[in-house]
Amino acid sequence: MPKLKVPVSANDHVRGKDGPITLLEYGDYECPFCGKAYPILKEIEKHYDKQLRFVFRNFPLTQIHPFAEIAAETAEFAGAKGKFWEMHDLIYENQSRLSVPTLQELVETLGLSLDEYAEAIESQAFAAKVREDFLGGARSGVNGTPTLFLNGERFNGPAKFQPLVVAIDALLQNRAEDPAFHS
Amino acid sequence: MANLLQAGTVAPDFTLNVTPDQTLSLSELKGKPVILAFYPDDWSPVCSDEMALFNELLPEFHKYNANLLGISVDSSWCHLAFAENRHLHFPLLADFEPKGAVGKLYGAYREKAGTCARALFVIDGEGKIAWSYLSPTGENPGADGILEALEKLSKKETVAKLAL
Repeated sequence: MPKLKVPVSANDHVRGKDGPITLLEYGDYECPFCGKAYPILKEIEKHYDKQLRFVFRNFPLTQIHPFAEIAAETAEFAGAKGKFWEMHDLIYENQSRLSVPTLQELVETLGLSLDEYAEAIESQAFAAKVREDFLGGARSGVNGTPTLFLNGERFNGPAKFQPLVVAIDALLQNRAEDPAFHS
Repeated sequence: MANLLQAGTVAPDFTLNVTPDQTLSLSELKGKPVILAFYPDDWSPVCSDEMALFNELLPEFHKYNANLLGISVDSSWCHLAFAENRHLHFPLLADFEPKGAVGKLYGAYREKAGTCARALFVIDGEGKIAWSYLSPTGENPGADGILEALEKLSKKETVAKLAL
């Protein structure tokens, strides 16, 4: 069972509190399957509330998705300004019209500087971070997009609500029964 | 199906069409590591497509001086269209006639389905299989096994060079 090779750290984009469950997604902003998974993962976050934290890492398939790379860098740029999740969400919500002008519009929507954005893209300031995510994912056994990891193990089921709930509930159950977690 | 060829075995040579009028033999690539990726069909959905994933990793494979070859039973014309559509920058070989012959040679052919299995091989510069893996049906194996095998090979080479 492929395991996450790069542990979650302060360099990651994490949403939610530290809890028993970490759900990590390697995603591509232009991938329709990631687009479909987006609302489902939000539902999962809501469902598990304080028990689950969500982590997103980049895995752009640049040869087949022409806007995947720039979208990823745009989100990282927003992240440097403290607005990663807002941008991540906006991009997925606007996936059907993903383009350079759309991304610029989203930058403006979040009140960020278009000049700084243009500079960041031109200088490829965030390309290394995106590539680092990608390679870490490849080494961890990412086999397409989206690839999900639950507590560091690759989840092989479909990115749908019910299968995820079954897997997460099982993890929570194991934890409840494990004497190591009872103080 | 015959068993998947294991590490330590000499990789059987073969010659297959890489375009409708050109062939490629495994022996032509001796001297550098070769990654053989057997897969069932061209045209599987993009986001979970093994070939698309490996395509993104070509720069990494090249860091190890490795060549990547994709092999399926599809014809060369089909491969050409598929490679163009997905912007693949590595050769796809047609294990077309006799159908699945090379797949069978490597223990990577599914008789019932009539297609190659998802099987990966990393072959060293001397033509020996350094690592092989058969993925469960329907599961895209990812590239982690390949990268680890290439890393091991490169460490071995470094040690060997130091010993000279």
